[in-house]
Parts: sequence; structure tokens; C-alpha cells
Amino acid sequence: MKTKYMNPYLAGVLLGLVLLMAFFFSGRGLGASGAVKSTIVSIVSTVAPEHAANSPFYSKYIGEGKSPMKSWLVFEILGVLVGGFLSGALAGRLKLKIEHFPGISANRRLVFALIGGLFFGFGSQLGRGCASGAALTGMSVLSLGGFITMATMFGTAFVLAYFFRKNWI
Amino acid sequence: MMGPLVPQEIIGADWNLFIAFVVGIGFGFILEQAGFSSSRKLAGVFYGYDTVVLKVFFGGAVTAMLGLLFFSLFGWIDLELVYINPTYLWPAIVGGIIMGVGFIAGGFCPGVSISAIAIGKIDGIVFLAGIFIGIFGFAEAYPLLEDFYMSGDMGSPKLNEMLGLSGGFFGFLVIIAALIMFWLGDLAEKKFPRKEY
Repeated sequence: MKTKYMNPYLAGVLLGLVLLMAFFFSGRGLGASGAVKSTIVSIVSTVAPEHAANSPFYSKYIGEGKSPMKSWLVFEILGVLVGGFLSGALAGRLKLKIEHFPGISANRRLVFALIGGLFFGFGSQLGRGCASGAALTGMSVLSLGGFITMATMFGTAFVLAYFFRKNWI
Repeated sequence: MMGPLVPQEIIGADWNLFIAFVVGIGFGFILEQAGFSSSRKLAGVFYGYDTVVLKVFFGGAVTAMLGLLFFSLFGWIDLELVYINPTYLWPAIVGGIIMGVGFIAGGFCPGVSISAIAIGKIDGIVFLAGIFIGIFGFAEAYPLLEDFYMSGDMGSPKLNEMLGLSGGFFGFLVIIAALIMFWLGDLAEKKFPRKEY
């Protein structure tokens, strides 16, 4: 079947080269959830500075000389927004829409997107990274934790796919 | 010149955030080009009708892994200075399971939801809102979760070393595994044909 998207094997190699570039220049890999964490830490430490200073979570990232928004992942994610936009513009895919399987309503899609994000956000903190930070980057440096996160994440989604099938097929 | 460049101060630390931005542009561009901005393409791997996730994800991991092994062999990068994700066994397992639920429910992972937002997907924005709530919830509950979060600390082990294999030989096995998965992915796509969307 003809597709409007890039060949997945070519995309995979290019993704690997971008990741390799991050390793070669910065000595670290890709990520995503960490940028959201930094944003939350900044918001909480601005809105409720006392609460942040007393919390064993926020206090790890704030204090003298530490600025949570000047983080590698925050700038990387800003780049992801730009890169995604450029690709969408070149391919003619820029369009405000709620994408969903025709068998379900847009509202149902949004409810499940919110729930999915919630689980992913919470899980990414326990797993010390999400699909990009823990699984993809972790696997490429052969980290045990990277393989564990990849296997449990994909494994769980496969096991549960049957129960969520009406949302997708 | 031997990498990584910033940790050795061959390139000033001031450049690090700029490099992050450029790397991010490449990351976001490729995710969108591959079709990762569509939750229906991503979820396809779990039903067999579209295995692009499997191919791009493992293609990327294998390419970067091989690149690091060859760079190290050629003396182009000092792997001692590359960050290795630490392993905390129990939270890694439970976190992975919770993320798996999020993956099949939401059809995105955090990185790809950003590339979806970049082209105007409202479901991507809602997914990101969910991530904010999830991480905020974790942060607020952290005092209760800290013991579990720190449990099963194994340091930063590499899987090949635990198995007593060299990086190169282990990498070879990972490539074989990836090729088998690509083949299974193609079989699945033939068995469960899809419409393009």
C-alpha cells in the first residue's frame, strides 16, 4: 500500500542518527516527560514557593543557581514542536482536529487521551523516563532499566489491547 | 576529537541548550514524517494493522546502539562519559506497566504527543494535559512514594555485562531480534490490512 509517510526503516535510521548526535555532543539521549516535569517544578515553585521548598520532590530541582526551565529536555522539546511543525507544513498536514477511530465519538477519544496522558505522566516518574528517555535511549546504551521499561510498557499495552479494541478497530 | 563534546568542555556548556534545540528539531521532524503524530498509526502495532512504531522505534534504538559501539571502537566517543540510565528494578517494572496502560488508552507517548500538537491534533493537547496532571499527582504524592521510588537500586548496569556478553556480541543479538520483529510486523500488516488515514 502506498503511504504518505516516510519509509519506517529510513525513519528509524534517521531517528537513531539524531539520538547518536545527542550522545556525541551532549553525552545524553532523548527524552520528553522530563520537560513537563521541569515546567511543573517551575510553576509550583513560582505559585507556591514555600510548598516547593518543603517538598522532597520539588526541592531536588530548585534552589541556589538552579533554573528548572534552562534544562536540556525543555529546549529539546521546544525543538520537537518546531520540527514537527516543519514536517507537517511540508507534508500539508497542518490541521486542527481531533483524530479518532470512526467507530467512536470525538469526546470518547478525548476522555481516553486524557486518561492515557495521566497514566503515562505518572508512570514516567516511577520509570525515570518515558518511551523516549527510558526505553529508546536506555536500550541504545544497553541499560538494563531501558530494556525492562521497554518490555513492560509494550507488553502491558499488548496484553490490554483486547480490552481497548473498541477504541481503535 | 573525541566525544561527548560538551561534558569534556570541547564545546562550551553554553552551547548545550542550543544543541538540545537542534536535536529536538530533528527528533520532532522525523516523528512527524514517520506518522507518529497519528494515534491511530501508533495504536496499530497492538492490533497488527500498522507496525510503524515497532520499525521506527527498534530501527532507531539499533542504529544508535550500533553507532555508539562503532564510535567507541574507533575512539570517537568515550562511553564512560555517556549517561547510562540507572536501574531501580521495582519502580522500573511498575512504571513500565502504568505507561503501557497509558499507551493503549491514549495512543500516544509523551514525545510523539508533542509532534502531534505541532500539527494541530487536539487529542495531543488533551494527552499532554493528562501528562501534566499525572506528573503533578506524582510530585504531590512523592512523600508517600519515595520508599518505593528508591527501591531495587541496582546502580547503572548494562544488560550485556549482566549476561557476561561483550557489547558487540550483544548488539548482534539485538539486531537479530529486531529483524525478527520487523518480519513479524510485515506478516501482521498482511494479515490485518488497513486503510490509509
